[in-house]
Amino acid sequence: MVKRVVVGAHYGLRGWLVQRVSAIVMALYTLAFAVAFAAAKPVDYGQWKALFSQGWMRFATLAFFVSLLLHAWVGMRDILMDYIKPTGWRLALEIVVVLVLVGAAGWSVEILWRT
Amino acid sequence: MPDASLNKKRPLWYDLNLLNLPLPGLVSILHRISGAALFFLLLWLLYLLDGSLASAERFEAVRQTVSHPLARLVLLGLLWAFLHHLCAGIRYLFLDIHKGVELAPARATSVVVLVVSLVLTAALGWRLLW
Repeated sequence: MVKRVVVGAHYGLRGWLVQRVSAIVMALYTLAFAVAFAAAKPVDYGQWKALFSQGWMRFATLAFFVSLLLHAWVGMRDILMDYIKPTGWRLALEIVVVLVLVGAAGWSVEILWRT
Repeated sequence: MPDASLNKKRPLWYDLNLLNLPLPGLVSILHRISGAALFFLLLWLLYLLDGSLASAERFEAVRQTVSHPLARLVLLGLLWAFLHHLCAGIRYLFLDIHKGVELAPARATSVVVLVVSLVLTAALGWRLLW
C-alpha cells in the first residue's frame, strides 16, 4: 500500500465530497418528486403549476438545481481534465461550463418564483 | 530514487470497443456518457420546464413540442440517461463504503444497474411519453 502524506492541498477531496452529497440530495428529490407527481397526477396546466407552487416543492426543487450545478461542475471538470489536454482550451471550456451552469441555476430560480 | 523498471517501455493495448469492456467498465463509461448527455441537453430541458410553467398557452406549446416523434426519442434517451446515471451512481455510493467491491458482486450489481435502468426507462417512457 502506498503511504501518502496528505498535507497542504485537498487532493480533490472537496470535489469528491460535493459530488456525493449533491448526488444524494438529487436522488432524494427524485424520490420525493415521483411520489408528489404520482399523488397529484397532473394532466393540465393548472395542476402542473399547482404541483410546483407548493412552498416545500419550490425549495426542494431549488435544492435540486443547486445540487445539479455543483454535481455537473465536478463531473464536467473531470471529463475536461481527462480529454482536453491544452490548458487554454480546457480553461475556455471550463468557463463555458461554469457560465452554462450558473445561468441554468439562475434561470431555475426565475422559473420557480415567477408569479 | 527513480525506479529503473518504471522507465521500461511497456506494451499499451487499450480496447476501446464498449462491448468488450467488462460489465463494471461498461456501466462506468455509460455513467460518464449519460452524465455528459444530461449536461448538454440541460438547457433544453430547462426551456421546456420554463414553458410548461409559464402560461396555459406555452404549456400547450410545450406539449406540442414533446409530442413530436424526434423530441420523444430524445426525451426517451434522456430518461434512460437520467435513470442509468442514478442507478449507477447509487452503486458507486455503495462501492465508496466498500460494499460490493469483490468481483462477483461487482459484476452482479453492474447487471442490476443496466437492467433496472432499461426496465424503468421502458416503463416510465411508456407511461409518460406515449
